[in-house]
Amino acid sequence: MTAEPGGPEDRLRRFATIWSRAVFPVTSTSLTRPEFEEQLLPLARRLSEILLAHGFDADEARQVGAALIDAHCTDPEALTRTLDCVDAYLVLYCGEDGPQDELRMRSSRIQHAMAAGFAQALRERTLAEQEAIAQAALRAQGVVAQALHASEARFRAVFEGAAIGIGIADLEGNVLQVNGALLRMFGGSEQTLRGRNVMEWTHPEDAPQTWRLYEELVRGEREHYHVEKAFNRSDGTVLWTNLTVSLLRDADGDPQYQLALMEDTTERRLLNLRLRYEATHDALTGLPNRTLFFERLEKALSAGEGQRFGLCYLDLDGFKTVNDSLGHSAGDRLLVEVADRLQSCATAPGEMVARLGGDEFVALTTGPATQREVDDLADRIMNALVTPISIDGRDLMVRGSIGIVEGPAGERTPAEVLRSADITMYRAKSAGGNRSELADPEADARAITRHGLTTALPAALDRNEFFIEYQPLVHLGDGSVRGAEALVRWLHPQHGVLGPDRFIPLAEHTGLIVPLGRWVLEESIRQAREWRERYGEDTAAGPLRINVNLSPCQLSHPGLVQDTVDILERTGVAPDALCLEVTESALIGADDDLLKPLRRLAEMGVDIALDDFGTGYSNLANLRRLPVSILKLDRSFTQSMQQFPADPVDLKIVEGIVTLAHSLDLAVTVEGVETGAQAEQLRILGCDTAQGWYYARPGPPERLHELALVDATG
Amino acid sequence: MERPAWAPRSIDITVPSVSRIYDYYLGGSHNFEVDREAARKAMTHLPGLPKIMQANRAFMRRAVRHAVGTGIDQFLDIGSGIPTFGNVHEVAQAAHPGARVVYVDHDPVAVAHSNAVLEGNEDADVVAADLRKPQEILSSPQVERLIDLNRPVALLLVAILHFVEDADDPYGAVAQLRDALAPGSLLVLTHASYEGIPLPAERAEGAVDVYKDIRNPLIMRSRDEVARFFEGYDMVEPGLVPMPHWRPESAPEDEDPYAFAGFAGVGIAA
Repeated sequence: MTAEPGGPEDRLRRFATIWSRAVFPVTSTSLTRPEFEEQLLPLARRLSEILLAHGFDADEARQVGAALIDAHCTDPEALTRTLDCVDAYLVLYCGEDGPQDELRMRSSRIQHAMAAGFAQALRERTLAEQEAIAQAALRAQGVVAQALHASEARFRAVFEGAAIGIGIADLEGNVLQVNGALLRMFGGSEQTLRGRNVMEWTHPEDAPQTWRLYEELVRGEREHYHVEKAFNRSDGTVLWTNLTVSLLRDADGDPQYQLALMEDTTERRLLNLRLRYEATHDALTGLPNRTLFFERLEKALSAGEGQRFGLCYLDLDGFKTVNDSLGHSAGDRLLVEVADRLQSCATAPGEMVARLGGDEFVALTTGPATQREVDDLADRIMNALVTPISIDGRDLMVRGSIGIVEGPAGERTPAEVLRSADITMYRAKSAGGNRSELADPEADARAITRHGLTTALPAALDRNEFFIEYQPLVHLGDGSVRGAEALVRWLHPQHGVLGPDRFIPLAEHTGLIVPLGRWVLEESIRQAREWRERYGEDTAAGPLRINVNLSPCQLSHPGLVQDTVDILERTGVAPDALCLEVTESALIGADDDLLKPLRRLAEMGVDIALDDFGTGYSNLANLRRLPVSILKLDRSFTQSMQQFPADPVDLKIVEGIVTLAHSLDLAVTVEGVETGAQAEQLRILGCDTAQGWYYARPGPPERLHELALVDATG
Repeated sequence: MERPAWAPRSIDITVPSVSRIYDYYLGGSHNFEVDREAARKAMTHLPGLPKIMQANRAFMRRAVRHAVGTGIDQFLDIGSGIPTFGNVHEVAQAAHPGARVVYVDHDPVAVAHSNAVLEGNEDADVVAADLRKPQEILSSPQVERLIDLNRPVALLLVAILHFVEDADDPYGAVAQLRDALAPGSLLVLTHASYEGIPLPAERAEGAVDVYKDIRNPLIMRSRDEVARFFEGYDMVEPGLVPMPHWRPESAPEDEDPYAFAGFAGVGIAA
């Protein structure tokens, strides 16, 4: 069609332009206005045809109204503006030259029909769209439900198949759901768990924080917590779990449910308990072992003010003999029986018995009144051992030595307490055994020092910490110096100069006495030669002699004779310059084997002196067999002679001994002479030589030179 | 199987949906009263909201036609919502029969509706996925079936990025999509902004609050912030502009003042 200006087509297009301009602002189309106008143009043409047709086609007009909806003019304002536009311009632009009244009436009917068509279409479209969106929502729910179903099925599989127990409860604690693993843990059916309240599951072993954490969680203040928790099963047994509880929130973040995950740790716990038991108990006797005892002792020692502890440290006397003679099996049975008896001694709260190892046991009592209790405990233990123990038909007497330590908590460490108990037990043992001793700090200190000295001895010899002092031996007849006794000293780096009584017994005990004794012998003989070289035979009574002490251990040492001979030969000193002093007690009951080396030495010309004579209950008749040439009278006989008048009984005894000695051709030396009166008395009694502070204290070898020289020149 | 008592319901039509609100702005009836209530409330603050939506649709239409003009025949429209009319597949397939379109939305109702609309259309499909998880979109069967990522694609992010909060890293998501696209691909994007709204920002905030209330916050971004989405793209003339200024087909002066709110732009992947 052509649009010649002013022609019908041009007028129709102008009507469409006006129409589109009026309606476009209230449409929601995404078209541009010119595009929109193109959509309206066919509608305008149809309106024009309806206007000019012979008969009025209302249906066609309704369809034009409906077409507006198809062009997305759904806003009622679009209809208003359309009708205004039709009313004002349809007849004007499209009416041509027809009768105006009829045309206006036709336009009016067109508008009515368009409005009806628009309303009808809008209604249908609205309903269709509502239906479509409702269907879409429904389908979407179906899809979501399906997805949820699938994820639920997966979740359910995990839930049911999990080895871990899973339970869900609401925030009031009502159990909503539990899985199979959890049911198996509790050993019940679902009915016994569902609907129950988790707050019913309190247990005496619940940790203090357990229910506080629970409250925080259900209040929404905590997202999860983890505890070890015990539950009572319906059959009365206990279920132990590692329990993790988490808070489940809804999409708005509000707490909704609690989720519990639990792992059955009952077996593991039992195993741990068993391992712990095994680690803390003695396999033979079933008593707590050293580990557990130390734990308890530590606890007792760290108890608060007013708390005390008492400890009995028991060591069986002569247990080694049982093992050696009856075998270890018998020894073990003995220990089991002793353990049982001890156990029955310590049954009160705060008391325990443990085996530390071997035949060492401890009993511990704690509380405020252990001062009294520990003595009772020791008595009960001693009494428990009184009845003989029957092993293989033999009745074995069991004796033990107990060291008791008692004191307030908080002062000492377990190690210190046990050492004190050990020392005290040894004190009881060395006092003869079968007794208890109470710990004494001084005794402990001595023992501790002794221990320190013992361990320091070997190094001391290497480091030349020992030296020798000499105490002159003076002839009572003429007052001349005849020789000296060598006395070993230890210049200890910490303790200063120590006398032989402090360390010789220790050296005896450890065997160090042999090398130490050899050193003393060698050093003394070297000194004797030096004296001889310097003074030759100048002294009034011939060459100076040297007295050296021999300990019992040296006496039985197989190298004694050879060592002595070697030293004498090496130094070129004649055997008669040497006198070896042996204590009377060392020779009590000595057999020929023990005496043989002494005899050989005596045959060579070495003098043998019997030291501390009169203290060892020696058989006087025995003196004849001994290769002894000198008796050294113990100072206890001469002490009373320091006063005047001397004890007549002592005088008689000394006189008797001297007479006896001389009759056996033995010389007599006296020790501990401190006064002139004493010396004089002893001279009258017939003693041959003397030593003591009256003459000189032990001193360096130079001092002896001086004495000897004085003697020689005086 | 019985639904566990704690399982959340995923579809809740008592909660307003931005797709259905959008449909309402465009005069549609694919919506429920809760949606209309929210829309009306937002419109009390920003009466021109429907015009903004309309301008979005008009821009999209021009951009799709532009894309077809440059030879692109595959379209990925993320955040497609409820396709009322003048949709990408209508515009694209009208301009280029056989053009392929994949719609993406995370609103299950919008997806279900799209499925119904697209029934029988072999060249268009819809994916239920979220812009925040681009890999799920790219690896979906629908994208694999319809889109050849070795050839240029028009990626449409029309009126969606302003619903992604910074915490969800919208820039990262856009970059991931860009990295998956062949050179010559187009990014077609519009974004809400306080810039260009013919009202003081304080008043417009009322509308923003409505979206916050329905837990679908509207993130207004500045022009610079919007421009950053085009990183890795060269801007197509006339660049990032108010919607009516992007390659207008009728005089911008005729447009409603609200149509100038926010920004529109097309970038071409280098």
